[in-house]
Amino acid sequence: MTLFSPAKDPFEEAARTHIHDPIHMMVRDVHKTYGTHHVLKGMSFDIHRNKTNMIIGPSGSGKTVLMRQLIRLERPDQGEIRLDGQDIVSVRGADLTKLRRRFGMVFQMSALFDSMSVFDNVAFPLREHTKLTKPQIRERVMDRLDSLGVARAHAKMPSELSGGMQKRVAVARALVLETSILIYDEPTTGLDPITSRTVDDLIVEAQERFGVTSIVISHDMASVFRIADFITYLYFGRIEAEGTPEEFIQSANSATRDFLSASGVTLDAIRK
Amino acid sequence: MPFWRKLTEALLIWATTPLSELGVLSKLVFESFYWGIRPPYRYRLFFAAAEFVGVGSIFIVALTGLFTGMVLGLQLVDGFREFGAENQTGAVVGLGMSREIGPVFSALMVSSRAGSAITTELGSMRVTSQIDALETMAVSPVQYLVVPRLLAGVSMVPLLTMLFNIVGMCGAWFVAVRLMGIDQGIFLDRMAWLVDWEDVLHGLTKSTVFGFTVCLVACRHGFFASGGAAGVGRATNRSVVHNAIAILALDYFITSILIGQGLF
Repeated sequence: MTLFSPAKDPFEEAARTHIHDPIHMMVRDVHKTYGTHHVLKGMSFDIHRNKTNMIIGPSGSGKTVLMRQLIRLERPDQGEIRLDGQDIVSVRGADLTKLRRRFGMVFQMSALFDSMSVFDNVAFPLREHTKLTKPQIRERVMDRLDSLGVARAHAKMPSELSGGMQKRVAVARALVLETSILIYDEPTTGLDPITSRTVDDLIVEAQERFGVTSIVISHDMASVFRIADFITYLYFGRIEAEGTPEEFIQSANSATRDFLSASGVTLDAIRK
Repeated sequence: MPFWRKLTEALLIWATTPLSELGVLSKLVFESFYWGIRPPYRYRLFFAAAEFVGVGSIFIVALTGLFTGMVLGLQLVDGFREFGAENQTGAVVGLGMSREIGPVFSALMVSSRAGSAITTELGSMRVTSQIDALETMAVSPVQYLVVPRLLAGVSMVPLLTMLFNIVGMCGAWFVAVRLMGIDQGIFLDRMAWLVDWEDVLHGLTKSTVFGFTVCLVACRHGFFASGGAAGVGRATNRSVVHNAIAILALDYFITSILIGQGLF
């Protein structure tokens, strides 16, 4: 079913023509400064299509700021960000709205609307951006909730759900439109190890089931080596290491080793 | 850092903070107009906000109106009796209520009840990333959250002012006529003689501006809140204080403009 008018959406066109391109997003020499604080100091890396791309680094290294540039909640001061080959830094107005529809975002605290039920939270993007009828919305929402195992909670309010269930609902909401990139901002922070594992499984499950590109911003190293296809390590505004988990371990410099050992993960343990 | 430099910086910050605040408010007003005239028109959200700001404030506005009118009747009769002018009580109550007390008190009540709640709600949404979530879902948070509340303020506060005036005048009538023995005919005749529609419109003009201001300031503090639960508390506190100052300061300037005197 076509949800949007395809002729007017440059990002949908680009997505069609770049469907076999392994690079989904390209970030080149991105800078961002707040006042006198230079947060992003010329970052360049790639986001790989239909893979789990983890962006890791210590607190204050610029992970969340980078995420805000990727989804164009903010505009970088300098540099280039491309989605399916299309420049997104200069996008404005209605095109920015179309661009944001390509992304789904799962926030650290889930950010479900606490005045709405689970069903209404997931139906919200459909009611805002599509002309689907009530039964069609119901069908789609229940399908998403069912595939993520939270259909029985559809009438509950977010405050009645556990942290793990809130994450599932947030993923359902992020996926209910035709999202091609799903961004998770520190999804396991503040969760117990078992729930963290469940969330990791959920990220992999969402990526495989819905064929999306996942970008996970995290400093949970156990999660990183469990689910990452590609790792990008940020260290105070710069990329220190990048690649598959194997390449990442091979190229680990002193800063990366310090970060790994401080998180209780040793290279030997990872290799084993 | 040398003392003179610290002092200069502190003075500059002190001098530019109000300008910066004015800039933030102006930007929010501009964005609200921009998003207010663009579809989709969110009637349901407007009615929900109007219900919250208007219907929800009926009881508190009526109650404060009643007691304000009663105490005004009491003081005026008592004071005017000193020089035999108690028959003017109805006129002064009518004029004071419709021009001044009604708009100011109604706006202060709406600010305390609905304004603080708006700041808390938007502030909580901000610190739990719900506003960011709206933006990532390609929904303008200004259009979704701010515009309906501004419209509710503009439309509901004048109605609440009318309610305040009516209940207040009834309270003053009860005290002056029933309890303090002023002649009912004289009380009502003096009121009708001095108060005309221009005075009522004078008050309604003020209350429209106050309604807009109360909701704008409340939205501004909630929308840009930061610093977790404590930050939301501080934002709510600032919202109520700024609103009270804004209402009283604007009251003077609007009155000056409307009566064409008292400006520099």
